Amino acid sequence: MKNDKLILGGKAFDSRFILGSGKYSLDLIKAAVENAGAEIITLAVRRTNTRESENIIDYIPDNVTLLPNTSGARDAKEAVRIARMSRELGCGNFVKIEIMKDSKYLLPDNAETVKATEILANEGFVVLPYMFPDLYAARDLQNAGAAAVMPLASPIGSNRGLSSKDFIQILVDEIDLPIIVDAGIGAPSQAAAAMEMGCAAVMCNTAIATAGNIPLMASAFKKAIEAGREAYLSGLGRVLERGAAASDPLTGFLRD
Amino acid sequence: MVKINGLLVDANGKILKDYLIENGHDIRKIAVECNEDIVPKSQYETFIIHSGDVLEIVSLVGGG
Repeated sequence: MKNDKLILGGKAFDSRFILGSGKYSLDLIKAAVENAGAEIITLAVRRTNTRESENIIDYIPDNVTLLPNTSGARDAKEAVRIARMSRELGCGNFVKIEIMKDSKYLLPDNAETVKATEILANEGFVVLPYMFPDLYAARDLQNAGAAAVMPLASPIGSNRGLSSKDFIQILVDEIDLPIIVDAGIGAPSQAAAAMEMGCAAVMCNTAIATAGNIPLMASAFKKAIEAGREAYLSGLGRVLERGAAASDPLTGFLRD
Repeated sequence: MVKINGLLVDANGKILKDYLIENGHDIRKIAVECNEDIVPKSQYETFIIHSGDVLEIVSLVGGG
């Protein structure tokens, strides 16, 4: 499927696996990126700790597009500040907006996310907003200039899979932007299911970071996402409401 | 006093670049915000920290 590219902000990607870089040791990041075949990796912006001599950027291959998030932002204003700082850090103009007021369930604030999307899109950012899967909010994000929308599958870090499947399907069917499932995907089978539904990409962090073998799980997700994409492009076989249909010829039996 | 990354610091009148180097920051890997506006790297050598300024010095870390 060489011509099947993911287009974000005018940039074409072959991989549909966006990898998070949180919660694992720096020396495993390179192996995870390579095994995932990822071309986009997310990062966070935080106050500098000068005691740490190592910098995550040194562990990310040069050909990978950096996607800084605005985690820690509680409203649109803070998200905009973080995005501007990430651009100053040399991340380029991609940004994943993440705005949360709630620290128990870590649910995204769609209204503030729409506001931040509009400001940052007008400043030339390629804006990928993390959102609660709601059709009206997704339309607002599209009108505000988002390059894609990133609905959650389940609460962040939960590994519980596609809890919001029906609502993500509505976004896939109705929104004319890439739908990238973000948050909550815990197993390769769930990533494949999201891709079979027509999602454009899957973003994962905790599923990889908490796996028994990080590089091996990164590879498993890569294959699942590719398999799900090919199944979607193919179109799934039909489902019978009831009964059965033989796969073998119904003539030429040895009896009679 | 000046607030830098949430802590009160006596850095009044200092040139930003000098403060950053004295405190062990790798200038290539940070971004600086003063009173909620970005300070471009090209201005570090001429930017003077004033009393009452609120500075944020940030870098990239792992994240989802």
